[in-house]
Amino acid sequence: MSLDSTNAPAYQNDGEFHQQLIKEVLAAYPDKSAKRRAKHLSVSGADKPDCGVKSNIKSIPGVMTIRGCSYAGSKGVVWGPIKDMVHISHGPVGCGHYSWSQRRNYNTGTAGIDSFVTMQVTSDFQERDIVFGGDKKLASIIDELDDLFPLNKGITIQSECPIGLIGDDIEAVSRTKSKQIEKPIVPVRCEGFRGVSQSLGHHIANDAIRDWIFDRKGPKAAVETTPYDVTIIGDYNIGGDAWSSRILLEEIGLRVVAQWSGDGSLAELERGPQSKLNLIHCYRSMNYIVRHMEEKHGTPWLEYNFFGPSQIAASLREIASHFDDTIKENAEKVIAKYQPLVDAVLARFKPRLNGKTVMLYVGGLRPRHVMTAYEDLGMQIVGTGYEFAHRDDYQRTASYVKEGTLIYDDVSGYELEKFIERIRPDLVGSGIKEKYPTQKLGVPFRQMHSWDYSGPYHGYDGFAIFARDMDIAVNSPIWSIFKAPWDKAA
Amino acid sequence: MPQNALKIKDHADLFNEPEYQALLAEKRANFECPHPEAKVQEVIEWTKSWDYREKNLARQAVTINPAKACQPLGAVFAAAGFEETLSFVHGSQGCVAYYRSHLARHFKEPSSAVSSSMTEDAAVFGGLNNMIEGLANAYTLYKPKMIAVSTTCMAEVIGDDLNAFIQNSKKAGSIPQDFDVPFAHTPAFVGSHTTGYDNMIKGILTHFWEGQTRVEGDGINIIPGFDGYSVGNLRELKRIFDLMGVPYTILSDTSDVYDTPSDGEYRMYSGGTTLEATRAALNAKATISLQADCTTKTMEYIASKGQQVFAFNYPLGVQATDALLVKITELTGRPVPEALVLERGRLVDAYADSMNYVHGKSFAVYGDPDFVTGMARFLIEVGAEPVHLLATNGSKAWAKALEEEMAASPFGKQAKVWAGKDLWHLRSLLFTEPADYLIGNSYGKYLEKDCDIPLIRLTFPIFDRHHHHRFPTLGYHGGLQVFVKLLDKIFDVLDAKTSKTGISFDLTR
Ligand code: SF4
Ligand code: SF4
Repeated sequence: MSLDSTNAPAYQNDGEFHQQLIKEVLAAYPDKSAKRRAKHLSVSGADKPDCGVKSNIKSIPGVMTIRGCSYAGSKGVVWGPIKDMVHISHGPVGCGHYSWSQRRNYNTGTAGIDSFVTMQVTSDFQERDIVFGGDKKLASIIDELDDLFPLNKGITIQSECPIGLIGDDIEAVSRTKSKQIEKPIVPVRCEGFRGVSQSLGHHIANDAIRDWIFDRKGPKAAVETTPYDVTIIGDYNIGGDAWSSRILLEEIGLRVVAQWSGDGSLAELERGPQSKLNLIHCYRSMNYIVRHMEEKHGTPWLEYNFFGPSQIAASLREIASHFDDTIKENAEKVIAKYQPLVDAVLARFKPRLNGKTVMLYVGGLRPRHVMTAYEDLGMQIVGTGYEFAHRDDYQRTASYVKEGTLIYDDVSGYELEKFIERIRPDLVGSGIKEKYPTQKLGVPFRQMHSWDYSGPYHGYDGFAIFARDMDIAVNSPIWSIFKAPWDKAA
Repeated sequence: MPQNALKIKDHADLFNEPEYQALLAEKRANFECPHPEAKVQEVIEWTKSWDYREKNLARQAVTINPAKACQPLGAVFAAAGFEETLSFVHGSQGCVAYYRSHLARHFKEPSSAVSSSMTEDAAVFGGLNNMIEGLANAYTLYKPKMIAVSTTCMAEVIGDDLNAFIQNSKKAGSIPQDFDVPFAHTPAFVGSHTTGYDNMIKGILTHFWEGQTRVEGDGINIIPGFDGYSVGNLRELKRIFDLMGVPYTILSDTSDVYDTPSDGEYRMYSGGTTLEATRAALNAKATISLQADCTTKTMEYIASKGQQVFAFNYPLGVQATDALLVKITELTGRPVPEALVLERGRLVDAYADSMNYVHGKSFAVYGDPDFVTGMARFLIEVGAEPVHLLATNGSKAWAKALEEEMAASPFGKQAKVWAGKDLWHLRSLLFTEPADYLIGNSYGKYLEKDCDIPLIRLTFPIFDRHHHHRFPTLGYHGGLQVFVKLLDKIFDVLDAKTSKTGISFDLTR
């Protein structure tokens, strides 16, 4: 389910103008590509329950898609943050290098001793590994890792492109070595050429949790259960997001028995199915495994949204409604406790941000989830789109967007630049590749994957930071000096 | 409540608040099944030992925290330095997102490249259709003057033939017959980003030079090599050559594309070596490479065309700059002008003023082989002592030559050169045989933290300090910048150390 936004301000976007923009950008493509791209661009309206776009389809070659690959979805998103396991980027050196420590998955522990999140461990394939296969090398790597990092709780193998092409049997290696070192070893077939984006990598990574963690024979981390046990799923603790969420859940009297996967541990992965309720933030990247837990273990799950006070309050109430009256009362108390903070944040920033327009382009969740946080600040979303959403994401998005919003799925560099140039929103929220082209235009920008090295943005504590950051971006004095005085005169 | 609307705490402060400290401690104790604290301490201590070092250095299979990237990154960087050139990387698309992000994070600038977005079906049938369609789209949308094609490891493993594919694409009409599409195969499982740089420069020169007759002129070509400081360095080199009055062509000039102004316009392309100049570079009298290891194949190719070729190792400091200028004088007959002689004297003057503070200090240096060589020479020039010199992508031959060179200097004689080793090896080396300072890139911050050795960031990539690359490290001016970076760190460390007691916390140093 998606939570309906309650007190969002009423505004409409200029749908006609947005239609015109779509026409303009399509005209720049060769015919065949224009036809294909047309399906991914739309303007929202009551008649479009899925926002009117096709999604999760192959990107067109040569257009500068912003998407990444399956490996990024598995190693970069789902598995990489599990801190007490060592994640091998299996294949040549590049993929692991570029994704090394870039996602800001905060975690406690000592790096290189009992936590391995900020390390780049790779099999650094050479030509001979491609020619003769890498299975033997992989087996030796596992031995060496277990030797050098004795406190590791297990190892995952994150496959890069060549693995699936040269016919290596990483599953066999995993089984044998796992018996030897008596720890889980998880082979993940997330080669970058599989699927069309990061998305299939999420799915493959979810399946690997099911097959190689849940279904693994042997002792598992157990903990006494209570009726208040919940998990946080699909929160990667970017800039500490999961912590500023956890604090609220604990405050309403719940017991967070596992965090998946930000600041997560093997024990927490193993414990997932014991939870009474799985709370899922990033639906896109972890819906597969919560569905599995529902089917296999009967664990219900619930989507929630901890961006911005209106969704936080709605989510806390919705979560509490699955528990007894004490929890429900606690939820009200917590909402009331934070209300003064919310009021103070709004009093400080809303007058500075009210009516400002925003365009978003992010991964699989935030293009809808953060919309209401902006609206809480009085800002208006004029355009939004996803790198790797599926139809169910766009369906959920339809209930968030206002009439006439420009929607762009798997946008190309060309399209996004043109849209921004023509709309000239007051703020764009997207990724590192989009940041600098946008700023050159004189349009304020915030990275909405890494929080632009800020955060957390989740929870009440996070909302204050979010509001401050958007104010810094929009109201910085530097935007006014782009033009030299002699240009202004002209 | 830890948060406050008037004094908002972000991650750097928020999680130090007692509420969060308690939350983290309880999470760990109750839900993570952590190892006992004593065990963790024991392992921490063990990783600092000689015993651990020996195990670590003995590993054969796994690579941990390598200081190298893969070939196509170098190819994309090299291609970006040519006029209105768009990189087209044939293979899976995720890699291209990574190269673009990586370069953008370092330069704080846009970084463009397109992918042929090959997926599972292309793995079976080959990527020809992706190339045909992709070239047409890239050409139509982004209107480049040239498209430089390189490959990800996927295309290499399935064996796609770039030359044939490009010809076929032209036949299929996706780009005009006479449109410039140089290419380079850049398998990620061979060499590193420096190899990719070499392959792409060679690919571009081959494209423009094959079938042309060379008519020797008096120009000089300069190939800078993969350099994160290219913005500052190339501007400085141009200034030097202009002062000398030498006709020169920089082959791959990335100084403008990675340093565009903020004035309301987004320039996807900016500056760069013109295609005309690239073609004409065949007629140069000689080519000088500033990074030998980055340009092995390119220089062989250029020599085969009849040019004189000379390769330097990222010349830093007085003597290395001298050698470069002497070579240029030798080739062109142009004397070193008074202005540069003055700059040289000023750098020596700066050395004389401050050498007390660097003399005898020990340094560990890591990075690409040419950078490490250049930096080691700089250190012994000012009386500092390199102890560990490490390049993950360095060859045995490189290590041998550098070790011999260092052995001949009283300041370099204790230096050990580590080829093919990574930063996890370096961690062991620094625990067992520490250095006073560490020189490297942003990844070195983990070593700085673990080993408590101050880090000086002087090579690619630098993600966590801004704009350093806009200032030169090459030339006499650049030498001054390098020297001041060392001094600043040394003074900061001295002040921090002495501020505890106040003794030796001197106003004038
Ligand atoms: S898949 Fe290959 S080419 Fe791509 S980033 Fe990884 S190592 Fe480099
Ligand atoms: S929030 Fe977005 S970027 Fe993050 S994991 Fe989910 S889909 Fe990916």
